Amino acid sequence: MRNLLPVLTVLAAIIALWYVAVAPMNIRVALDQAERAGAAVTPEGALPRRALSVWRLMLANPDQIGAGYRLERPRLPTPEQVGRELWKTTGEMALRGRAMSKRSLIYHGWITLQSTLWGFLLGTSLGILGAVAIVYSRVVDMSLMPWAIISQTIPIVALAPMIIVLSAQLGIEGRVVPKAIISAYLCYFPVLVGMVKGLRAPAMSQLDLLQTYNASGLQAFVKLRLPSSVPYLFTSLKVGIAAALVGTIVGELPTGAISGLGARILIGDQFGTPLAIWAALFAAAILAGALVTLLDMLQRVTLRRMGMAA
Amino acid sequence: MSWLMFALAFWIGAWGLNAWLARSPWSGTRAVRILVPVLFGVTLIVLWEGIVRALEVSPVILPAPSVVAQTFANSTGLLWEDVRQTVFKGALTGFGIGASAAFLTAIAIDRSAFLTRGLLPIGNFVAALPIVGIAPILVSWFGFDWQSKAAVVVVMVFFPILVNTVQGLRETDAMQRDLMRTYAAGYLQTLVKLRLPAAMPFVFNGLKIATTLALIGAIVAEYFGSPTRGMGFRISTGVGSLSIDLVWAEIAVAALVGTTFYGIVAWIEKRVTFWHPSQRG
Repeated sequence: MRNLLPVLTVLAAIIALWYVAVAPMNIRVALDQAERAGAAVTPEGALPRRALSVWRLMLANPDQIGAGYRLERPRLPTPEQVGRELWKTTGEMALRGRAMSKRSLIYHGWITLQSTLWGFLLGTSLGILGAVAIVYSRVVDMSLMPWAIISQTIPIVALAPMIIVLSAQLGIEGRVVPKAIISAYLCYFPVLVGMVKGLRAPAMSQLDLLQTYNASGLQAFVKLRLPSSVPYLFTSLKVGIAAALVGTIVGELPTGAISGLGARILIGDQFGTPLAIWAALFAAAILAGALVTLLDMLQRVTLRRMGMAA
Repeated sequence: MSWLMFALAFWIGAWGLNAWLARSPWSGTRAVRILVPVLFGVTLIVLWEGIVRALEVSPVILPAPSVVAQTFANSTGLLWEDVRQTVFKGALTGFGIGASAAFLTAIAIDRSAFLTRGLLPIGNFVAALPIVGIAPILVSWFGFDWQSKAAVVVVMVFFPILVNTVQGLRETDAMQRDLMRTYAAGYLQTLVKLRLPAAMPFVFNGLKIATTLALIGAIVAEYFGSPTRGMGFRISTGVGSLSIDLVWAEIAVAALVGTTFYGIVAWIEKRVTFWHPSQRG
């Protein structure tokens, strides 16, 4: 709570800056529209205006600046416009009982969330299994670890269209699977690294103690290594779920998907409706925030239950 | 079937060799540490080649690595042009601008504890967001050429580097700062001689994250419109026109560039933060 005031101040500053930026960003569009509507604009004609900077245009037409805040298709919408569009496509539709309509961002968010969770599940399982293999086998450690690092330096977006084409050719229906694969690819790595660190966290003396108890390898794993890796696991899960969401949206962006938040961004771009893009972007941000917060709460509860709360 | 048998035999053989190497007395040497993962990678490629040949997979679905290598060799001019457009113009320009902007912003806000406390949670939050989504917006703002790609990269790399640098600048402990005080060092001297060097491991952590993000940003932005060159453009049109071997060649280039870029940053990190415990040994 100590951080609340500074965070709110910075947020307010960002929003204020955003409002200020709307005027120069939108002045050209506003002037074009005003001229078409028959208002007097200096200088006349779109071509001579292009030669002038936005600041000169704003000075020459001070009474048209306000119009830039009310455009239907602005280059930069105001925060208020974005908020209203977001409400129109989520809360308002839900109130009218059409939350799952194709025009509702709740529906598209749900599609994105599904792929994200599948990818998260897949990536997390792969990461944990890989980490166990790496910790227990020297060969796997030596041959897999460098490739795990290299795999993350490869821009996945280059592979994304390929994965979608491949799974379509292999007869996999729908888009959930390829999107989940892409998000698993982005999300397994933080989990792998975190779990390797966590499983190796117990000190030698603790492992020795279990040996004196005549504990088997499995017992040592279940009673010592696994519990001590939990804090590491949760930290990497939070990174992983954010990465999984990025993966899903990347999987929806370049490939002509029709549902999902990424597809809303794509469609908004093709149809020239910037408000739809911004609303989908903010919906994605809210989704990311909600998922990370959820995991954070889960982490607190679990660690407190295990007696490891910091 | 003989191809499949060969691939499987190669796999088992290479795995056995790796297992033996890892347990051998030379397992700690540099040569073995490089040889083992290389052998693993070669095995994957041999398996791929064997499966594609044995099952006669159509090149439209999955071309064999040998076919991809051939395409790669035949179209080096084209690939080089794409690398120049996407990497040198788009990604590197954006990376340079974004990294310096983030670094300077971090130093500027570091002077105010209030701003730091306000910006750090927001920066952490934004760094976790799917920022790639702004690509279409920035492409419509800055046009189709590399400027819009650089802009996407700037936004994508800014927050990870900012957050890491701010965190790094807080790394010095009271004892070290007190020592600088006893030397009568001013703000600038403390910054340059103590706090910036201490922040470097964090800064490089951010830079390494940003190398991948930079390439992702530059390539995604090209899916939303670009001149008729660039890696993202070639991949999206290649998928459309079913020249899948060229797409895989482009993916190989992306992998190569990504790894090299990361390697260069990691190499500089080693030179700059040679004193840090993680770099010793």
